[in-house]
Amino acid sequence: MIPSLEQLAERFSRLVVTNAVPSRSPLPVTTGSAPPVAVATPAAAAAGQTAAPTAPPCPVQTVDYPLKGYHLDVSISPRQVVLAAEILDQNGFALDTITGVDWIAQNEMEVVYDYFHPLSVLRVVIRTRIRRDNPEIPTISPVFPGANWHERETHDFFGIRFSGHPDLTPLLLPEDADYHPLRKDFTA
Amino acid sequence: MIAPTDIPSRTNPQETFVLNLGPQHPAAHGVLRIKMTMDGEYVTRAEPIPGYIHRMHEKMGENRTWTQFLPNTGRIDYLSALHYNHAFVGAVERAARIEVPPRAEYIRVITSELNRISSHLVWWSAYLLDLGGFTPLLYAFADREKILDLLEAITGSRLTYCYFRFGGLCNDIDDAFIQGTRAFVAQMRPRLKMYRDLVTDNIILRKRLEGIGPISAELCRKYGATGPVLRGAGIAYDVRKVEPYSVYSQLDFHIPVFPEGDSMARYRVRMAEMEQSLRIIEQALDKLPAGPVMGKVPRVLRLPAGDYCYAVEAARGRHMVRVVSDNKDIPYRVKLRTPSFSNLSLYEEASKGMMLPDALALLGSLDLVIPDIDR
Repeated sequence: MIPSLEQLAERFSRLVVTNAVPSRSPLPVTTGSAPPVAVATPAAAAAGQTAAPTAPPCPVQTVDYPLKGYHLDVSISPRQVVLAAEILDQNGFALDTITGVDWIAQNEMEVVYDYFHPLSVLRVVIRTRIRRDNPEIPTISPVFPGANWHERETHDFFGIRFSGHPDLTPLLLPEDADYHPLRKDFTA
Repeated sequence: MIAPTDIPSRTNPQETFVLNLGPQHPAAHGVLRIKMTMDGEYVTRAEPIPGYIHRMHEKMGENRTWTQFLPNTGRIDYLSALHYNHAFVGAVERAARIEVPPRAEYIRVITSELNRISSHLVWWSAYLLDLGGFTPLLYAFADREKILDLLEAITGSRLTYCYFRFGGLCNDIDDAFIQGTRAFVAQMRPRLKMYRDLVTDNIILRKRLEGIGPISAELCRKYGATGPVLRGAGIAYDVRKVEPYSVYSQLDFHIPVFPEGDSMARYRVRMAEMEQSLRIIEQALDKLPAGPVMGKVPRVLRLPAGDYCYAVEAARGRHMVRVVSDNKDIPYRVKLRTPSFSNLSLYEEASKGMMLPDALALLGSLDLVIPDIDR
């Protein structure tokens, strides 16, 4: 049950093609018969093409591990995160962590899911962007129960609501906390 | 003792009661609170409530320079501070493409492994204290004291080290450290054998731990549990082997794995790991190259925009730092993925139906450091 990097890249590029939701998505998803995936070579990664903090140049990228610390970088639409989690679950991955990044200048929140494989050398990053003024994204805790706490923590820090989550009460912040300290406009 | 399997059916909600374990409780090893719903002596639900020592290190990362955040990393898991140093300097070196001299990498490995042994010794003594054995603590702390003295001489601190720098180390090691470390390795081997004979093979300990708190490899995967918890479930996952960093790929050591998945397996993993750490230290001392301990680093550090991850095998499992840079001299985002957080998250599921003393044996076998969970 150990997938190769190429198989996974191929699987995710199919996901991006079949379920693409271009509206409001920052991803440059192209539709049509030709697969829109340009798998970056390590040389291209070395040239700095993968480093953009804003919209990445293509949705599925293989990445040179020594430069970034992961092998596969997948940008998907928010409604696909559960499907992506299911694909990785079926391939034997474990959830590393979930976190957010507040891109206040673009009025967007990025949600980043890190996965590792317990039996092989494969690190996968799934990322998606949601609106900053109403951040909401489906929970993946039915697929990975470990996501429960990671999502609660992300809700604490960023105010991102994970719809379908069983219990979004503060985990690390005080129980009456109504602030989200990792938002860039938070002032203590 | 394993609870009878019909526990949920005979649970009558009117006969259960809530037991608050902590946040001030010796078995929680820090300010962890566990809300336990008890049916007599049996745990029907144990809900960990962390957050009592939350310090928001990740926000602190966003309002100081890359260099200024470095001392924070030694204060997250205070028992394995050097591993946390390593993950953060590794992420920054990866982003800024800073070359680290080989001598510095070898010294990083030597000190990290010393730190791993001292961390495991604290776990071992505290765990046996939980189980009712007081004496091992006195032995383990005598050994640990030698490590703390060695590390204090070169790092300047006894616990919350800030020894690694972007591009190398703040201090070279001297002959006294090398001789002291060799002497420690020679002393520690017979001590570990003594611990095995007196404690690990002790029938009372084995009756307390064997078959208690089984955690399967699948449960670990679903919750992202790593370190001795995962290796005690039969999976040979160690970041030093699967995502080799520093010079671990040039050293000969193996990953202790025990397939039983019970508290005893996790115990044995850590005891065997200390022997492997001694092997690593010995080899690294033999191979230690001459040369500088600091590479070329720009005076003002600005990382190229993008995100960068760096994972290390800390004493409690996989610790990953994810930094996001927007090409300024302060980080845009620092995410700390800590092993105790994921390891504790499976406790609620793993402890269902256990007797209270066994649930505490399970809790201790996870080797939690509470500031590592709360950050």
